[in-house]
Amino acid sequence: MSFLELKDLRIHFPTDDGLVRSVDGLSFSLERGRTLGIVGESGSGKSVTSLGILGLHKGGRARISGEIWLDGEELVGASQEHVRRLRGKKMAMIFQDPLSAMHPFYTVGDQIIEAYRIHNDVSKKVARKHAVDMLGRVGIPQPDRRVDSYPHEFSGGMRQRAMIAMALSCDPELLIADEPTTALDVTVQAQILDLMRDLQRDFDAALIIITHDLGVVAELSDDILVMYGGKCVEYGTSEDIFERPEHPYTWGLLGSMPRLDREPTERLLPIKGSPPSLINVPSGCAFHPRCVFEERTGGLAKVEVPELLESEGGHLVRCHLPAERRRAIWQKEVKPNLEAS
Amino acid sequence: MVSYIIRRLIAAVLMLVVVSIVTFSIFFVIPRLAGVTTIDFASRYVGSKGASAETVAAIADKLGFNDPLVVQYGRWIKGIVLGAEYDTGASVEHCPAPCLGYSFITKTPVWPELLDRLPVTVSLAIGASIIWLIAGVATGVVSALRRGSFFDRAAMGVALAGVSLPIFFTGIICLVFFSYRFGITAPGGSYTAITENPGEWAYDLILPWITLAFLYAASYARLTRAGMLETMGEDYIRTARAKGLPESKVIVKHGLRGALTPILTIFGLDLGLLLGGAVLTESTFSLPGLGKYAVQAIQSNDLPKIMGVVLLVTLFVVLANLIVDLLYAVVDPRVRLG
Repeated sequence: MSFLELKDLRIHFPTDDGLVRSVDGLSFSLERGRTLGIVGESGSGKSVTSLGILGLHKGGRARISGEIWLDGEELVGASQEHVRRLRGKKMAMIFQDPLSAMHPFYTVGDQIIEAYRIHNDVSKKVARKHAVDMLGRVGIPQPDRRVDSYPHEFSGGMRQRAMIAMALSCDPELLIADEPTTALDVTVQAQILDLMRDLQRDFDAALIIITHDLGVVAELSDDILVMYGGKCVEYGTSEDIFERPEHPYTWGLLGSMPRLDREPTERLLPIKGSPPSLINVPSGCAFHPRCVFEERTGGLAKVEVPELLESEGGHLVRCHLPAERRRAIWQKEVKPNLEAS
Repeated sequence: MVSYIIRRLIAAVLMLVVVSIVTFSIFFVIPRLAGVTTIDFASRYVGSKGASAETVAAIADKLGFNDPLVVQYGRWIKGIVLGAEYDTGASVEHCPAPCLGYSFITKTPVWPELLDRLPVTVSLAIGASIIWLIAGVATGVVSALRRGSFFDRAAMGVALAGVSLPIFFTGIICLVFFSYRFGITAPGGSYTAITENPGEWAYDLILPWITLAFLYAASYARLTRAGMLETMGEDYIRTARAKGLPESKVIVKHGLRGALTPILTIFGLDLGLLLGGAVLTESTFSLPGLGKYAVQAIQSNDLPKIMGVVLLVTLFVVLANLIVDLLYAVVDPRVRLG
């Protein structure tokens, strides 16, 4: 069994308007030292998945089913208290906006010390020294002084470094980064991504990067999982997704990605329409109302939910089009278009 | 941080100056603008209803009511700082600093009387505020965490009653039942100084405390509930949970701390006002505090006394605000910047 394994994970939220199927049958696995990128638009269920792995939906209104195996332990059925003890220690999370994700009333050091002392029975002094070490390790200058600063006294990039230091303080084996660079400006983004790559190597952690930015996953990920409407629509190695993508939604994502090797004056190729409602998910393939190639399935996409099937060598695709046709479309119609545009 | 404290202190002193000018104006300038002659005013001020016109004119002159207003204001401030002499015609009365006025009706300086009443009011206000803070905040936190539950609905219903019911109503009901029918609390008008007998002091005050606290706890519970609902939805709460913090610590250390700032603001104002006399509570329970004193002064038209109480109340409010401002900086480090 892999270090982390999700089996048919479903996270649904009952609301007054109906049942929100945020995550609807998600399965994947991840080994230590590997990086998985989860990509998708807002509302595709990326963040709900990550919070679900951490057990942060437990005790709330969410209905969770399926299995989450972490290092041989099942977490969906485990007690809240048991999962809490794993949080921060065995699995940790880096959040999107470090300004709102850190408590404004406590110093950065206090927040790292707090994280460390929950799981380690050490004195404040030892924990403080550890916090200074961690801040130094994530590249914060003068960490012995900055440890007493408040989050608002840090720049955006420094705050995200501090957030990473906090997440890594207990040496977690699974690290989930939810849009770790979205709130940062571009030059700082690159630094943070480099830092995360280095730290992952040092700590030999399994890393999940959640983002809507394909550039970020291209930079870091070994494997990529594309989510749409709470389901995985395509899964493969980084190479599979960037060189041989087979799902029309992935094509759309690639087409909407600004690239340096294109003429800046030329238009991007956005995906038409907007993400589906998670309450009234479109019938059949959830992507069919926005799919350019929908009619080529002969109406099948409108009525039947496609299975996630292996295309070749672990590359999984959820599409009614036969694999050969998808490859042909990519080679003949989509790829030339992306390159020409 | 130091510069913040200094700025707040300077602001507080300026505030006191403004407050003294406004208080002075209310009592000395506005009547004159409204057409009250200095003679009429003097007659009111010393409470000499039967005296002849010449006597009153002489008193007005002696008390300096015919001087320019600036001079009068200066003399009044000087009295507060250094003490003053009041010539009543028959004798010259000394009013030691801080001279907040001299009552010609009871022939006493105001300040020592205020000082006598102060312990009663302080006992009432501090005791009640501790009860309402604990009860109100705790109720608010539990309500927020169990939003929509039976406890939440019941607590908010009671809170609505607490906010709406006037103290003279709840106070009298409580007195009738707990003191007179069941005899478990002290009857109205009981007060023992804490220095005399702390047990008796608490026994005498417990009913006024609870009645007064009920009124305030209600609004604090609603405020805390709203604040907690907001902070518990913040990203940093999710972070605290992601760290593996036990839920109790998440709620108190991260949630409540964030929700406490607005409560602190209101608390400072409420306590400051109450220290100047809980007029209704003291009247209902016949407690000899500043509020009762003010009511009596108003009933007997004793202007110097009323003015003394007003000045003391404003002083408390300004001080309470200063303390709140300083506590703010302790609670929220971002405040120290601005």
